[in-house]
Amino acid sequence: MSTATGGMEEIVKEFLAESAEGLDRLDRNLVELERDPKSHERLGEIFRAVHTIKGSSGMLGYPKLESVAHAGESLLSGLRDGKLALHPALTSGLLSMVDALRGLLNEIERTGGEGCGDYTSVVRVLEELLRNSVAPATVMGGPADVPSDKLQAAPVASVTKIRVDVGLLDRMMDLASELVLARNQTLQCISSQTDSRLPGVAQRLKRVTTDMQEAVMKARLQPIGSVWNRFHRLARDLALSCGKEVTVEMEGSETELDRGLIEAIRDPLTHILRNAIDHGIETPEHRTQAGKTAAGHLHLRAFHLAGRVHVEITDDGAGINLERVRQRALERGLITPEEATGMGERQLAKLVFSPGFSTAEKVTNFSGRGVGLDVVKTNIERIGGVVDLQSVAGQGTTVEIKIPLTLAILPALIVSSGGQRFAIPQVNLVEVARLDARFVEQVYRAPVYRLRDQLLPLCFLDRELHLESSGAEGRYVAVLQAGAGQFGLVVDAVSDTEEMVVKPLGKEVGSVTCFAGAAILGDGQVVLILDVAGLAQLAGIVAGSRVQPLKQATEPGSSRERAAQSWLVFRGTAGSRFALPLSAVARLEEIPAERIECSAGREVVQYRGEIVPLLRVSRLFHEPEQDPELLPVVVLRESGLSAGLVVDRIEDIVEQFVDVRRDHWCDLLEGSAVIQERVADVLNLKNVLAVARPPTGSAADGSA
Amino acid sequence: MAAECRLCTFYLDRLWFGIAVERVYEVIRLPAITRVPLAARAVAGLINLRGQIITVIDLRLRLGFEERPAGMMPVGVAARSENTTVGLLVDEIGEVVEAPECSYEIAPDNLPAESRELVPGLYKLPNRLLHVLDLDKVVGRDGTEAQSGRL
Repeated sequence: MSTATGGMEEIVKEFLAESAEGLDRLDRNLVELERDPKSHERLGEIFRAVHTIKGSSGMLGYPKLESVAHAGESLLSGLRDGKLALHPALTSGLLSMVDALRGLLNEIERTGGEGCGDYTSVVRVLEELLRNSVAPATVMGGPADVPSDKLQAAPVASVTKIRVDVGLLDRMMDLASELVLARNQTLQCISSQTDSRLPGVAQRLKRVTTDMQEAVMKARLQPIGSVWNRFHRLARDLALSCGKEVTVEMEGSETELDRGLIEAIRDPLTHILRNAIDHGIETPEHRTQAGKTAAGHLHLRAFHLAGRVHVEITDDGAGINLERVRQRALERGLITPEEATGMGERQLAKLVFSPGFSTAEKVTNFSGRGVGLDVVKTNIERIGGVVDLQSVAGQGTTVEIKIPLTLAILPALIVSSGGQRFAIPQVNLVEVARLDARFVEQVYRAPVYRLRDQLLPLCFLDRELHLESSGAEGRYVAVLQAGAGQFGLVVDAVSDTEEMVVKPLGKEVGSVTCFAGAAILGDGQVVLILDVAGLAQLAGIVAGSRVQPLKQATEPGSSRERAAQSWLVFRGTAGSRFALPLSAVARLEEIPAERIECSAGREVVQYRGEIVPLLRVSRLFHEPEQDPELLPVVVLRESGLSAGLVVDRIEDIVEQFVDVRRDHWCDLLEGSAVIQERVADVLNLKNVLAVARPPTGSAADGSA
Repeated sequence: MAAECRLCTFYLDRLWFGIAVERVYEVIRLPAITRVPLAARAVAGLINLRGQIITVIDLRLRLGFEERPAGMMPVGVAARSENTTVGLLVDEIGEVVEAPECSYEIAPDNLPAESRELVPGLYKLPNRLLHVLDLDKVVGRDGTEAQSGRL
């Protein structure tokens, strides 16, 4: 008896899983059918899916499910036989059937029964549609009773695929990583043995383990199409209710990524899609006036690039009204008027990701409810991804998301404090510097650090975590980004970056908010991963207006005295002192040497989705070359051109009146000036940038 | 009638405790434990159990006993509590005992309420008492003590 019900449960489970998949495809097929009503193939597929559900539900004893599916099937068979023509009301009817089926299946999954929901109205609507669209003579009789042979239930699923429990896959992943650790230990032991057969065995063990780990990772991959499937339907419904027309195109829906990530990007993608239709795409009248097709286009594209998954969502709508963004950001106090005047288009566009920002004039049903794109950004960043946005007024907007291949793997920096190791997620890490005790100062009781003349709130990890302090020697400060602000975390030592598999914490320790999870290091030990936001909270550093992002200082317009100009002062390898107007500096970065690539004989680096040429100050001015692992780079941007200037060291940011003496002896220099009582050479930006872009620049070819 | 209950037993501060045998996976080697700063005092830390990270709880501290005297090495036990695996630190492992159902009695009234929550009852075995531990209650407590544990 108990085995019988057990078997039955299995069958029901199987039925539910299969039907859910079928329904997702149905949504998509129905929307496509609307566009291409002549497609017999699609119609056949839709018909088969509904027919299968009807058949199985009758067999399993779900009368409501059966009646809804039956009514739908009748309608579909009318379509198939050419007795009916598709029109929007009919599609809507069929979609409401899909919803009803989905609701019933969910109810069955939850409770085991069909519940008390009333689905007769759906059935009535479907029957009504059938009656109204057909010549009266052919109405009654239920054409569905005679399905043609080839449209019988779908063939038995191919045996090359089986369903696997996700928990089991996760466990396999754990075991595979543990196997790698065991293998490494074994290999170490083996290296001290003399048996000549061992190296061969060790080699095989090594290869098999690596392959096995890869295979398990692959088993967790799912095509992004499994999220996108629903978007056809979503776009259609949304467009209808906004009085707009939208077609959705998808490219690369077979692109695979970890199933955990698939779940994590579902909501953000949905949100972006809603935004695009609600705010981006114009009404058909506006579009025709602007000389566009009446129907807006949404283009979804996914592909793998450089070990990451890229997802782009492009609409051909009105684009972002940057002027309105600027105004809104000012109204909400997100930027100061000085900042507003100095911001470039790209920077402005990115403001839409700020918390509390929404340009929607009116609150609609679907978006513009205050929970805006900042949530999208936060959610994407949580999984180690980045969001970028480009918009051209009148032509449309592209949102680009880059996410890692697997959710589970997080690059993190290992630091130690009080004799214990901790991991800092690389996403939160801005830079690491040696702590110079002379620059630690107190504001009341709060410790701050003077870093490039900015006050950085400090947090001592050993104090916050009540660890034993190991003295003040050899300390480092890690500059961390927490929300909009930055703070410095003081640790004893800094070691390697590792890619780690993140595991959640058990409930016994889950309440400690300054840890985001734990991971197993290469030596088999467990390390705690710091939650930077939680840590900031614990240390009483609230990311508010006082914690100014460091980079703001390097952006134009933030200087306190408008009369004086801001200058970035840096050093060349020979110790020479240079200066640049800060207005041309987009950002200060530290770029690892291995990220430098070569293009057309020039050094370039990929930076925020652009290829930026690198110029070494040492080469420009014939100074000795050095090859540190981390290169301090000044990212310059002027009149649309950007370049990275590799310097030896950033010295300071200075605000003062500067009198440049034009005693230039070289094209690349504007002249020399006295800055902070010492002489600095002022670069001629135009000529320096021209070196970076020989094809577009004038004939300038470097130093004399 | 299931007249007997199989319990895996262990000792804590010379008292005899038991957990249903199907809850206990294995006795574990105790590799380096990673301490969790700011967690409750009874949380000994995290260990890597064949690729799984599990929380290890020192039952002595959880049950309000004194700390293990210096020189006494704890024994680790992996057990299941509500779908998760936890590690427990005990003084010594005892044998598996088949206790007759009829010898069970709920904890006496003079047991403090917080202990009674963790030790709901006892088996009166010949010559000695076997304390029954409610594992889910032992593991289920989180934040409340995490705060006090910080002092």
